[in-house]
Parts: sequence; structure tokens; C-alpha cells
Amino acid sequence: MFSNFDFQVIIDALPYLFLQGMVFTLKLTLLAAIFGTIFGTVLALMRLSGVWPLPQIAGAYVNFVRSLPLLLVIFWFFFLVPFIAQKMVGSPRPIPIDPFLTALITFSLFEAVFFSEIMRAGIQSLPKGQVAAGYALGLSYTQVMRRIVLPQAFRNMLPVLLTQTIVLFQDTSLVYVLSLNDFLGIAGKIGQRDGRLTEMYIFAALVYFLISFAASQAVRRLQAHTAIIR
Amino acid sequence: MTTATTTPNSAAKQSSGAPVIQMIGVSKWYTPEFQVLDACSTSVQKGEVVVVCGPSGSGKSTLIKCVNALEPFQQGDIFVEGVQVNDRATNLPKLRSRIGMVFQNFELFPHLTIMENLTLAQRKVLKRGKDEADAKARKLLQRVGLSDQAPKYPGQLSGGQQQRVAIARALAMDPVAMLFDEPTSALDPEMVSEVLDVMVELAREGMTMMVVTHEMGFARKVANRVIFMDKGAIVEDVPTEEFFGSPRSERAQLFLSKILSH
Ligand SMILES: Nc1ncnc2c1ncn2[C@@H]1O[C@H](COP(=O)(O)OP(=O)(O)O)[C@@H](O)[C@H]1O
Ligand SMILES: [Mg+2]
Repeated sequence: MFSNFDFQVIIDALPYLFLQGMVFTLKLTLLAAIFGTIFGTVLALMRLSGVWPLPQIAGAYVNFVRSLPLLLVIFWFFFLVPFIAQKMVGSPRPIPIDPFLTALITFSLFEAVFFSEIMRAGIQSLPKGQVAAGYALGLSYTQVMRRIVLPQAFRNMLPVLLTQTIVLFQDTSLVYVLSLNDFLGIAGKIGQRDGRLTEMYIFAALVYFLISFAASQAVRRLQAHTAIIR
Repeated sequence: MTTATTTPNSAAKQSSGAPVIQMIGVSKWYTPEFQVLDACSTSVQKGEVVVVCGPSGSGKSTLIKCVNALEPFQQGDIFVEGVQVNDRATNLPKLRSRIGMVFQNFELFPHLTIMENLTLAQRKVLKRGKDEADAKARKLLQRVGLSDQAPKYPGQLSGGQQQRVAIARALAMDPVAMLFDEPTSALDPEMVSEVLDVMVELAREGMTMMVVTHEMGFARKVANRVIFMDKGAIVEDVPTEEFFGSPRSERAQLFLSKILSH
């Protein structure tokens, strides 16, 4: 099977694969991680607020999204949002939405659920006295969260947040079902075009593995480092 | 008042006027079945030092946390300088900023430097400028003997040093009263005195203090009154020399004999 493995097809595709595909994948991963963390932190604060009905709303959102397959959510957004937009502005035909933006919103909303669980654990693991000390000094809820609780929760949870980001990096490959030009999407298209799917998919797998593995190792090193500081 | 050591405070104690802290019949329940505070009443005058002691679980921490509204309570009233703590309309952050609190576990903010620990609330709550806040912090660090620690992080300091920083952090807000919740019980024995020394000095300078502690040496030295709590109730609230003399309640006697035999 590998007797006629064609390396040349990979080499020729490298610029397109990386300069376009990998850039798309990394951009999507990083932006979705940032927005997912921000939205996830809001969800975590809502869940812990104890102010009716915020915990209920956030809890329902988390449970709802967690019980949906990601692929389904991607399809939904991609196919339904143009129709929803059409209804909303009263246009005669569905309004096309930039596919990158669609993907970014989808992943941000979906991953926020996981980031929120991580931030919630991080907030809850802080000693209760930290919050009390902040209040005792006269700081407001917002100031206690912003200056004392969230910086510590974020710092303590950074390794877990990054590990989740690696999962997100792998999950972004699901946008290939929308024929977007992410790394896997481009690898598939070239493989299809040149009849070299084996080469392209093996190469893609190798690249995903190497990046994820290297990133995991880096996170492990960071974890050991922060464990010493604390 | 017979001993010389209590003289500075006894002068302040006699100054009549509204108490800095006044508690009237404070009761608190954690659940309908579990009452943690039972009709506690007491007051602390300006310049007075009141030591609160009693067996573990008797409600001492809960009581002093009610003073700055860190714990809500269901019955009774607390006033700090005439401001009602349990009034919905009270601006709690403002009220809390006027009462310093020192915790058993220091509760310095580990992600901030010592300097930042001392300036954060000065700047965010009192809206002091950076220069003013820094200057205040330096002055207080010097006072607790830790001038050279400003750029370090709490984790780099010993327990005794951290607790002295925590006292300085509370003092930076220019509080009208200080609350201490077992400030030395998490410390290694050799570090207890460095913290008590700072507290004794503070008491002699006339700071109004409510101190939960089992350090009876401290109580004898500077306390005007001792409050003894048991099962959520204030069992004794008497001048210091009376507490260490007799007569007194059986529970307090038993408690004292246990504490002093250690
Ligand atoms: N958040 C809480 N919920 C329920 N019970 C509590 C809570 N905090 C303290 N308690 C209980 O209230 C009692 C008094 O606690 P505390 O004020 O900490 O006592 P002390 O400081 O005198 O040791 C104890 O029995 C303790 O277990
Ligand atoms: Mg206690």
C-alpha cells in the first residue's frame, strides 16, 4: 500500500496547507479559546452568584449545550443562522454569514461551557477567606472578583484551560464538514483533487499529533513550574 | 485599674460617648435548628480593647464577623459609630473600610506583592493616589518592622511576617476599630510574640480593638474587658482583672484552667 507513497504531493501542498489551512485553524482555536474563556467566566460567575435566576439560566445553558453533539451545533449554526438572519431583517433570501465568523461563534458558545466548568472549579477552590478579606477591606463584589478571585482562579487553572484549548484545537477540524479551508479541510481537498487521500490524511494526522503532543508537554512543564511557585 | 500597663486605655475607656461598636441582642441561626449566636449584647468604647475567648465552636468568629457584616444575622442590631450594620440602606463597603480585620490564616492576596496588598484597597476604596497609598504602605511596613519586604510576594514570607503585613494592610485604611480573629493560632510558637508585640503596641496607642484570642498573657496585659462565650451566648463580659480573679462562671473557670495549664 505504501510502495507508491507520494511525498512530493505533500511537499507541493505545504505552503497552502500551512499558510492558509493552519493559520485558519490556529486563528479559530485561539479566538474561540479567548471568547470561550470570557463567556465561560461570565457563566461561572452567574452560576456562583446565588442571585435568582442567574444560576438557573447559566446551569440550564451548560446542561443544554453539554448534551448536544458538537457536529450538530456546527450544522445548525451554519445552515440555520442565515435563515434566522433572513427572518430578522425581512430579506427575500437567506443571508450568507461569513463562514469563519460562523465557526468562531459556534465554537465560542460551545466551548464556553467547558471553560465555565474549569473557571467555576478554580473559583471554588480558593479559600473562602480570600473573598472575606477583600470584602473586609471595603472592596465591592466586582472589585473582589476582578482584583482577587478571577486573577487567582485564572492563574491556578491556566494549565487546565490550556489543555482544554488543545482539545479545542483538535475539535476545530470538524469544520471540514462545512468545506471550510482549515488545515484538515485543505488536506482533504488536495487529496481528493490529486487522488492522494492516503498521503494527505496520514500527514494531517501526524501534524495534529505533533502539535497537540508538543503543546501538552509545554503545559505539563508550565504546571510543574506554577506548582513550585505556589 | 491598678496595674500601670492598663493606664493608657483606662483613660480612653472613661471617655463617655457613643460606643464604636454596639451589639444589641444579636441572634443568628445557620439552619432553623442550629442557633449559632444567642442574644449577644456588648459594646466597645473608643480606645477599649476587648478580648473574646471561649471553647472552639462557641461562635466567637461568627460574632466578630457580624460586626462588619461578613456574616448576616436574623435578630438584633449592631451599630458601628452609630451606623446600623444590619440596615439594608447602609453602604456596606464604606462601613467595612472603616473597620480593620485580621484573620487566623492571614488571607494576604498571594498573587499581589506585599506593596500591592497594602495599596489595593487604599486606591480602589479610598481613592487615594498612587504616591499617597505607597507612602502610607511604607510607613506601616516600617512600623511592623518589614520595610524591606515590600516587593516580595506573601508566599516568600514567614507566617509571623505575613500576619504583620495583614495588620499593616488593615491599618492602611485608617480604621476606627480593629477586629482580630485568632491572629496567632495558625502561627508556629516562635512567631507568636512578634505578632502580639505589634498588637500590644497598637492597643497602647489607643486603637479600639475586639480580639478573639486564647493568648491570656495578651488579655492580661492590654485588655480592658474579657468576654467569655459558650454555645453562642456571652456568658461573661467583665473587666479583665475580674475575669482572672474570682468570682466567675463555672464554665469560664473550667475553660481558664484548661487554657492556663497549657
Ligand atoms: N457556614 C456555616 N454553616 C453552618 N455552620 C457553621 C458555619 N460556620 C460556622 N458554623 C458552626 O457555627 C459554630 C460556631 O462557629 P465559629 O463562630 O467559627 O466558632 P469559634 O470561632 O468560636 O470556634 C460551630 O459549631 C461551627 O461549626
Ligand atoms: Mg473561630
